[in-house]
Amino acid sequence: MNDQPLNKIQDEIIDEFSILGDDRESTVFYIMELGGQLEPIDDQYKVDSNLIKGCQSKVWLVAELSGDRLVLKADSNTDITKGLISLLIRVLSGQKLDDIIQADLYFIEKIGMHNLIGSQRSNGLASMIKQIRLYAIAYKTKLQSQS
Amino acid sequence: MRLQKTNTYTDLVKINPSMVRDHFPILRQEVNGQPLIYFDNAATTQKPESVINAIRDYYLNYNANIHRGIHSLAEKATEAYELARKKSREYINAASTEEIIFTYGTTDGINLAANSLSKALLKKDDEVILSAMEHHSNIVPWQIACEETGAKLRVAPIDSTGTLIYEEYLKLLSNRTRIVSVVHVSNALGTINPVKQIIEDAHRVGAVVVIDGAQAVAHRDVDVQDLDCDMYAFSSHKMYGPTGVGVLYGKKDLLESIPPFRGGGEMIREVTFEKTTYNDLPFKFEAGTPNIADVIGFSVAIDYIKSWDKNSMASYEHGLLDYGVKKLSEIDGLRFIGTAKDKISILSFTLENIHPFDVGMMLDASGIAVRTGHHCTQPLMDFFKIEGTVRASLSIYNTKEEIDIFAEKLKRIVKIKSK
Repeated sequence: MNDQPLNKIQDEIIDEFSILGDDRESTVFYIMELGGQLEPIDDQYKVDSNLIKGCQSKVWLVAELSGDRLVLKADSNTDITKGLISLLIRVLSGQKLDDIIQADLYFIEKIGMHNLIGSQRSNGLASMIKQIRLYAIAYKTKLQSQS
Repeated sequence: MRLQKTNTYTDLVKINPSMVRDHFPILRQEVNGQPLIYFDNAATTQKPESVINAIRDYYLNYNANIHRGIHSLAEKATEAYELARKKSREYINAASTEEIIFTYGTTDGINLAANSLSKALLKKDDEVILSAMEHHSNIVPWQIACEETGAKLRVAPIDSTGTLIYEEYLKLLSNRTRIVSVVHVSNALGTINPVKQIIEDAHRVGAVVVIDGAQAVAHRDVDVQDLDCDMYAFSSHKMYGPTGVGVLYGKKDLLESIPPFRGGGEMIREVTFEKTTYNDLPFKFEAGTPNIADVIGFSVAIDYIKSWDKNSMASYEHGLLDYGVKKLSEIDGLRFIGTAKDKISILSFTLENIHPFDVGMMLDASGIAVRTGHHCTQPLMDFFKIEGTVRASLSIYNTKEEIDIFAEKLKRIVKIKSK
């Protein structure tokens, strides 16, 4: 069972995007605006080991453990990608490891992301999600081995 | 088959964009709720209805494998295919049809050239000269050839306007130079290289010259005999023809002296398990069943270009370029990349503090198609110390009104971002 807050945030995002409707221009500009608001990460994290493979633009992702929750920080060289990451961070950062591993990220399909960003960026987005899940699984394994 | 409406003498003298647009059905559509503005012609041009109809007509009425069939359909297909070769010869003024090899495109042609020339010409410490503005497809095949033979790549530098520094090119030429391979017109910048002079100087040291003509053939008259190039590669799809077809021109003596690239059917005279003898030119270089339908489509694309006067096409596009430069110069933070004196209608630029991908996404949301990124010219982008550019490449069906809309959208993007 997913944690309620995680899905509640997804529903909020779906609501926000539904206001924009089919207006593609507003939607793209909105995602970029979200990207512009994403807190930039420190330059020390912008290293190749934090780069996500499979993204057209550069995406750096840092995941740290805080108790039993995963805290995510990320940055990109393009605003559109930053906007996409900011949505993922909003939904997943601060959530419990198990909730992240099991999360059904239905908001992506509901807001018509694939149609909006095209197949290449959709692959990039999938790579980001995969990497976040891998971090969650790795931390979970680490916690289990410590207990 | 529906014939293209014949253009009158007046049309030949002056390009009338609304008449041109009538020939391209794809342009009559909306993208993301806005009328499509197609500014990605250097990637691929759109196709006139006559080309689309020719491909359809082939598959509907005379699809057959060529050259070896003795039945009527095969004969008709062979005739149409070989007619395309005659038209290609005429289009670039090659001396004979034996010098016209059909390929899958410019990249394929350069791979053929690099592969076969290197086997015949290159050995350790020989040199191959390229320019700093080459497309990856005119870099990587030569890198592979150099790795295999021990030859070395030399790169002729450019200046900040994107113009070849000619004296530096001359300094690179030596008795070690075996091959010079340069782009006729830069895809990322639009720069037109002085290829005739480049060829003449390369020949002085006995080098063979290959020209990547992908971006030149739709915009300028190309006369391979006048240029005196040894090889010239280009693609159909950048000159209103279908994808998957290109031409590699090669001088007959040269083509006869170098080995084939691919082995298979069609390219042989006689095969035994001990030895194979090769077919005559140009078939020696055309192994396997070619892309027949699209070659036929390509020949109709040549007809289409020839229905206009090449000089009036060039001058119309130049008018668009001048107008675009003027309009885009009004935009804050816009920096043109590629400002050579002699260039085709390519507007390549960056916007301060806005990534080209973001600009491309925002333009697409408004129905404007441009190319963003490094344009397969990473060394060139490194030279300009940028990740990439936004590139609007214009064609005869584009209009000043479209440039106005484009400039307004860019202004809006800059305004939104500076908030």
